[in-house]
Amino acid sequence: MAWFPEFMTLALIGGLGLAIIAAPLGVFVVWQRQSYFGATLAHSALLGVSIGLFLETNLTLTVVVVSLLIAWAIFQLSHYKQLSSDTLLGILAHSSLAFGLIIISLQDSVQIDLMSYLFGDILSINTTDLSLIAFIAVLIFFFYRRHWQDLLNITLNPELAHVEGVAVKKVQLQFILLLALMIALSMKIVGVLLVTSLLIIPAAAARRLASTPEKMLWISLILAILSVLIGLWLSYIADLPTGPAIVMVATMFFLLLLSKKAP
Amino acid sequence: MVTTHPLIEATNISQTFDQKTVLNHVSLRIHAKEIVTLIGPNGAGKSTLLKILLGLIPPSSGHVKTKKGLKIGFMPQKIQIDATLPMSVERFLKLGFKPNQQKSSSLKAQLKNLFFTAAYDSTRLEKITKELNLSALLTQPIQQVSGGEMQRILLARALIREPELLVLDEPVQGVDLKGQAELYQYINQIRHQYGCGILMVSHDLHIVMQHTDQVLCLNQHICCSGHPKNVSESPEYQTLFSGLNSAPKGIALYEHHHNHSTCEHTHGQTQISPPPNKSEAR
Repeated sequence: MAWFPEFMTLALIGGLGLAIIAAPLGVFVVWQRQSYFGATLAHSALLGVSIGLFLETNLTLTVVVVSLLIAWAIFQLSHYKQLSSDTLLGILAHSSLAFGLIIISLQDSVQIDLMSYLFGDILSINTTDLSLIAFIAVLIFFFYRRHWQDLLNITLNPELAHVEGVAVKKVQLQFILLLALMIALSMKIVGVLLVTSLLIIPAAAARRLASTPEKMLWISLILAILSVLIGLWLSYIADLPTGPAIVMVATMFFLLLLSKKAP
Repeated sequence: MVTTHPLIEATNISQTFDQKTVLNHVSLRIHAKEIVTLIGPNGAGKSTLLKILLGLIPPSSGHVKTKKGLKIGFMPQKIQIDATLPMSVERFLKLGFKPNQQKSSSLKAQLKNLFFTAAYDSTRLEKITKELNLSALLTQPIQQVSGGEMQRILLARALIREPELLVLDEPVQGVDLKGQAELYQYINQIRHQYGCGILMVSHDLHIVMQHTDQVLCLNQHICCSGHPKNVSESPEYQTLFSGLNSAPKGIALYEHHHNHSTCEHTHGQTQISPPPNKSEAR
């Protein structure tokens, strides 16, 4: 394949896998107004990186574990009504980012390219990442297959869903853990600062074309895949940073569709 | 009054938040085909009691016993749906049906229903939407319906699973007296048609549904309880509606009978104040 550089293969598969897992999570992040929650998880992923460097463990796996722990902590804390959730998320996002940066700065022996974690480095994707992405895709498939209607009902009104027999807390926790997994793995591709955009921009753009929740899911999936493909291609031919290129393409879709009235 | 086992029975429920008592030894029971109206001023603990009865929060002390496998239909006070969620009124109602657990036989049907299976009885949906006059709204986005329409939609959703116990949180809030009367008559009809017990919450301390079997006045504890007074007998009511050709049917007045030594709240001056009562010191 002369037209296709071999070093892009892993990047392409990883990018597409990311689009496929981001879209179904993204629609619920938008419907449930949880984008700030996603941002917090993304910031805390950097703490995972620094802990991984400090303990000299596998970085990807450490980031995954730290993100899951923080997601679980946020979920538990959110049931205390003393602090509003955006205050709580703001504190957690920035304190974990600060701690992460401090721990990194304390390690003289390790040279780390912070930029690649903040903005992503798609060429650093390895086969471990790919198998983890595939694993999450399978988890999401079964989770949605079983709980799609439950998730919609929780989005509409958690109390009503509870009375109707949905295990609200269990489903919410599972969703949040899947979200944490997805964010931890997408950090390499689009970077800490841009992760949430991959969740919410394709979903927000799809709203303009969708008349049912299911259509919105499929359309956002298509838009996310197109954004990754075009973004990667632009990044290759014009030597643009990959993560920002993907986000830029997604934003273009959003802007194009903005002029269209929602059905 | 009724000899069968209650659908739901709450015994000695107390609730405190941060050392502040919200509910103090409240007990109540609801039987099938029984309508109980829970009234009380703002901050009386009505919502808290409702949440405890629905199992949304555990009480600080006391316990709630429900009939085994009790099917509850719940009509929340209000519901906020983000505009980014594309959803028609029809879909909203269909989501009230239980998800289909059966496996489809053909692969094609399985693929088609990959995530989105919901077996529902379309005649049932039709019947309820017709009775509540919702048929014209079905294709509209749920975010665009008016407040009164939303209340009817929420009631329809509560009814769709054929509940044994119907819990209505402020079902007539913001509805005019004529609309209230219509809704109350429909609720009374539901009781006979489905044979369900009904718990209704209202902040209106004086005007209640005529066919209520029991009115409970709550202000942290149950202040008083009893039957509503038939409206047509009340002279105040007749004065109020003297200008109308026909007075709304289905609503009634509730006469409180408690004094300040047991209950500190006053009931405010409404236009139709209850008839002078010896025990109610003002």
